[in-house]
Amino acid sequence: MKVTLKIWRQPDSVSPGAMHTYELDGVSEDMSFLEMLDVLNEDLIVKGEDPVAFDSDCREGICGMCGLMINGQAHGPEVTTTCQLHMRSFKDGDEIVIEPWRSDAFPVVKDLVVDRGAFDRIIQAGGFISVNTGSAPEAHSVPVPREDAIRAFNVATCIGCGACVAACPNGSASLFMGAKITHLGELPQGQPERDSRVVGMVAQHDAEGFGGCTNIGECTAACPKEIPLDVISRLNWDLHAALRHGH
Amino acid sequence: MTDMPDTTLTGDPSHDAPGAHGDDAAGYYVPGSPIADTKSPGGPIDERWQTRKFEARLVNPANRRKLDIIIVGTGLAGGSAAATLGEAGYNVKSFCYQDSPRRAHSIAAQGGINAAKNYKEDGDSVHRLFYDTVKGGDYRSRESNVYRLAEVSTNIIDQCVAQGVPFAREYGGLLDNRSFGGVQVSRTFYARGQTGQQLLIGAYQALERQVAAGTVTQYTRHEMLELIVVDGKARGIIARDLVTGEIETHLADVVVLASGGYGNVFFLSTNAMGSNVTAAWRAHRKGAYMANPCYTQIHPTCIPVTGSHQSKLTLMSESLRNDGRIWVPKKKADCEKDPRDIPEEDRDYYLERIYPSFGNLVPRDIASRAAKNVCDEGRGVGPEVEGVRRGVYLDFSAAIERLGRDGIEEKYDNLFDMYARITGENPYETPMRIYPAVHYVMGGLWVDYDLQSTIPGLFVTGEANFSDHGANRLGASALMQGLADGYFVLPHTIRDYLADGPFEKIEESHPAVVEAKKAVEDRVAHFLGTSGTRSVDSYHRELGNIMWEYCGMERTEDGLKKAIDLIRTLKDDFWRNVKVLGTNDSLNQSLEKAGRVADFMELGELMCIDALNRRESCGGHFRAESQTEDGEALRHDDQFAYVAAWEFATDPDVAEGMGTPVLHKEDLVYTAIEMKQRSYK
Repeated sequence: MKVTLKIWRQPDSVSPGAMHTYELDGVSEDMSFLEMLDVLNEDLIVKGEDPVAFDSDCREGICGMCGLMINGQAHGPEVTTTCQLHMRSFKDGDEIVIEPWRSDAFPVVKDLVVDRGAFDRIIQAGGFISVNTGSAPEAHSVPVPREDAIRAFNVATCIGCGACVAACPNGSASLFMGAKITHLGELPQGQPERDSRVVGMVAQHDAEGFGGCTNIGECTAACPKEIPLDVISRLNWDLHAALRHGH
Repeated sequence: MTDMPDTTLTGDPSHDAPGAHGDDAAGYYVPGSPIADTKSPGGPIDERWQTRKFEARLVNPANRRKLDIIIVGTGLAGGSAAATLGEAGYNVKSFCYQDSPRRAHSIAAQGGINAAKNYKEDGDSVHRLFYDTVKGGDYRSRESNVYRLAEVSTNIIDQCVAQGVPFAREYGGLLDNRSFGGVQVSRTFYARGQTGQQLLIGAYQALERQVAAGTVTQYTRHEMLELIVVDGKARGIIARDLVTGEIETHLADVVVLASGGYGNVFFLSTNAMGSNVTAAWRAHRKGAYMANPCYTQIHPTCIPVTGSHQSKLTLMSESLRNDGRIWVPKKKADCEKDPRDIPEEDRDYYLERIYPSFGNLVPRDIASRAAKNVCDEGRGVGPEVEGVRRGVYLDFSAAIERLGRDGIEEKYDNLFDMYARITGENPYETPMRIYPAVHYVMGGLWVDYDLQSTIPGLFVTGEANFSDHGANRLGASALMQGLADGYFVLPHTIRDYLADGPFEKIEESHPAVVEAKKAVEDRVAHFLGTSGTRSVDSYHRELGNIMWEYCGMERTEDGLKKAIDLIRTLKDDFWRNVKVLGTNDSLNQSLEKAGRVADFMELGELMCIDALNRRESCGGHFRAESQTEDGEALRHDDQFAYVAAWEFATDPDVAEGMGTPVLHKEDLVYTAIEMKQRSYK
């Protein structure tokens, strides 16, 4: 099939960017979306044009490195990561608009590559359980109800890709934060730091310039791992509890 | 140790008698002096680690703050080490090429992590995990290292549970286990099909906690491009900031490489796009020996190739072999049919037929070669790529009948979704198609019992070293090794080295530092200044084809010699004709790839030489000249029970100066286990 690509090109973080149009022929439906961009880049290199910079690493939907706005949707039309989107989701003659994540807290590095360092800093502010290597008790000393373990796992599958932020009209990272707070808060091991965790993470989130949550729900619709919206309720619950406890 | 169904092969091998042939690799290498691990304390195997931990000198907590440690890589081996050494109070600098430590490719491991907890009371023990790992590695690993791995495996589970890793649990709230290829006990801990992700996030969170505490400084989007060696000791790295292009010097008292495996030398593999050998290869060029580079694991259950646009291959967890049955049609004429229309009596469940006691759970190398054989016979399924159908069925219909669709969903949901996403087929309704793909490398930088390379002060952990898996790795053992090295082994062994520190302060103006930096700058300038015609990827793809064809699942003397010639020609062309656009002073992904492919070319050549030298079949290394009458791998313990540790040699007449490598042999001696020919029949 043949597609028309409109791609955001921006040489670096300070220069202005613009949309560029490329025609690409010979696209197979078995190609992944990123393989389609690989083919475009090979063409561009042969022509002596700078290839389009985009992030990807595992290309199996788990590392969270890839992420593009495709026709205005984070990761495109399917509920999956950009690397797992395949060209069979498009048809011959389609025009495909490709942009980087939209968020002030994720500045553009080049073309479609953004800086998501803010997510690391939110985790640094409390997204962990403090247990030094070697100090752990025997694994079976604390049974965890199976349902709690499953709930914790289901939200621990967050890959930190940033689609939730890119999809949110407020640019909020509440789904990302809520997933971590719920993951650790469901487990007995996560209880001692439950208050300090939520307070620290929310403060960092706000300092990074992410917006507030107004319960629109675009985040969960765009999430490739289908993290449910109620993790944000859990986040708010924990935050109120922590404030009541004097944090 | 006699309870496993081993049989010792005593018959006369039809194709090759030991000693019947000369030195296959004569002329391709120079014999060197023997090498030995001098750090294992000896004595009873179950006391060695305790002894070593006691004998390794301590570093006073006040002195730790004065010691700088560089760790390259943030996967399970690197992330866990950085966190643990940070907690201990050292000054740690952690590097990764990705935008966050959490992206490292450990995250993609699906199936699980082994540990000798014996929670199932099914006869497991530290000794049995040790035994299974040495046997699974086809008696080509170092026994003291493997025993230690089995020993610390139980601590890993405790640590991860305390960090909040949400392992699968039973109704009583205790941890669940499953069995995995190559073993008959259930010792694998798992978090659905995303165990690597959950373990890595645990290590990542521990690492970020140390970043917040100020003990670890994190350098993301940084790539190590050279090792700094001063007075024979590793003292730092040259790294390129991938965003600004700045070539930076980072000095330290000790350097740890946890930079992963080099499966991408095959271009197509299950590795991440960025996984590369550069950190390890640069260290190799500076004096670190590379051990058993030809030991490659070809994973049997990957999604088949669909065409020339393919950029990577996707693994379907081996755990699927617990419930899926592998088959191909008995008749070639049936290969094009809808598999659901092929009656039971016309299906060949070839693993169950050939290996009745292990069936679909035989080790990876055996399952992979069996798939290749049936496809070579013309009984493969799926679309033809270059004239051959390369796929076999992995069928869940019996398991769905037995456990219900819900039961299968709970166990494998994400894997089934991933398969459907990539192929456009629904595996709940039609059997999956799978084919082997390069997945893991057992080879890597040579290390002693302390995980120290042949360069003092350079330690190597995880997949980047060679030590624990011999010629073949068992499923769910990579995660175990990465975390064992990072959490529980390296922090003890590195302190013995650091007890002599802090070492003499080095200035950036030191000639060795200046030289290392200049080498990187020259290489970058060369790539940007070569006005060639071919893209980096096109070279990489061609290299990968050569490696897969001649150094893949089956290797021959003629094929390997041909591959070496082809690689040398390709390498030469690459240096003259590669086309890298753009500049150094901004994000330039072609430039990054050019450096990686250059190193893959040299590595590929060494892999072929190593494979050529090893005229035996063991684990993932199958030499066609060394097989039994019924086509099974045949080892030659009398000639090859050694680790091949290769030393880099310089030849000024060759592009980039790669000369004839020097082979040092480390004899493998087993005191706690008897060497046997593997059999899974």
